[in-house]
Amino acid sequence: MAAEIKRLGMKARVTITLKNGVLDPQGRAIQSALGGLGFEGVGDVRAGKVIELELAEGTSAEAIDEMCRKLLANTVMENYRVEML
Amino acid sequence: MKAAVIVFPGSNCDRDLAVAIEAVTGAKPVMVWHGDAELPAGVDLIGVPGGFSFGDYLRSGAMSARAPVMRAVAAAAEQGRAVLGICNGFQILTEAGMLPGALMRNAGLDFVCRDVALDVANSQTMFTSLYGAGERISVPVAHHDGNYFADDATLDALEGEGRVVFRYAENVNGSARDIAGIVNARGNVLGMMPHPERAMEPALGGTDGRRLFEGLVGALVGA
Repeated sequence: MAAEIKRLGMKARVTITLKNGVLDPQGRAIQSALGGLGFEGVGDVRAGKVIELELAEGTSAEAIDEMCRKLLANTVMENYRVEML
Repeated sequence: MKAAVIVFPGSNCDRDLAVAIEAVTGAKPVMVWHGDAELPAGVDLIGVPGGFSFGDYLRSGAMSARAPVMRAVAAAAEQGRAVLGICNGFQILTEAGMLPGALMRNAGLDFVCRDVALDVANSQTMFTSLYGAGERISVPVAHHDGNYFADDATLDALEGEGRVVFRYAENVNGSARDIAGIVNARGNVLGMMPHPERAMEPALGGTDGRRLFEGLVGALVGA
């Protein structure tokens, strides 16, 4: 039985990036691959991730921030930014 | 001595770890499913095994660290029970906040799977008492996310407090200060990327991991 999917009213987009100074080997590989394709002038490349959340209307900014700190981002090495959509 | 090994969906070193513990204690560890909220009563040692739990979704160890059983593991650690996290187990313990820092993608981007030379940086822990100070041993690694990261203040504290237990003699993954394994402040939780449970038998390539289990069990039985 498929779980019922509720359409919720709010949407948030969480963008997670590595902190400055943390080596990003994936970004470096992307930079090198772009160079291999002949694109010149590509400097530092940083890879991150984007997580979009559907949320019940009225979900507080504090609750979303807590979701980020408790699970979505590892604040030892990552920063996060929340945008309401 | 009673041991438990936690099993997550995607663990693949749980049985190796159980066999290694049994080889030294003579008793089969209890295998505990990640969804269980409690550990068997009277457990002295909890193994958090290697593998690719939850498919490494989000970050290696991120999902497992929030599994119900990990609250019980954290509570047991606070009571002084020994916790040994190997490879994905180390990642899970850092994600759970039981050990500082994080394990990032290997600096060379490659999955590294081979024997590596390790230096025993602290032979005074309950896990390493049968090794000599500064002894060089050979233990296999097999990981993609073993690049240990922490801020400088944390690294300085770890070194100052003797909490760096193993260092890579050759840094295979970019780890800060060659760190391969650390303990918590109390010294009863060890996380390490190399696999001592895969270095138990001469026929399987080496025996340098065996003394970790022998020393640990000796410490727990003697306690």
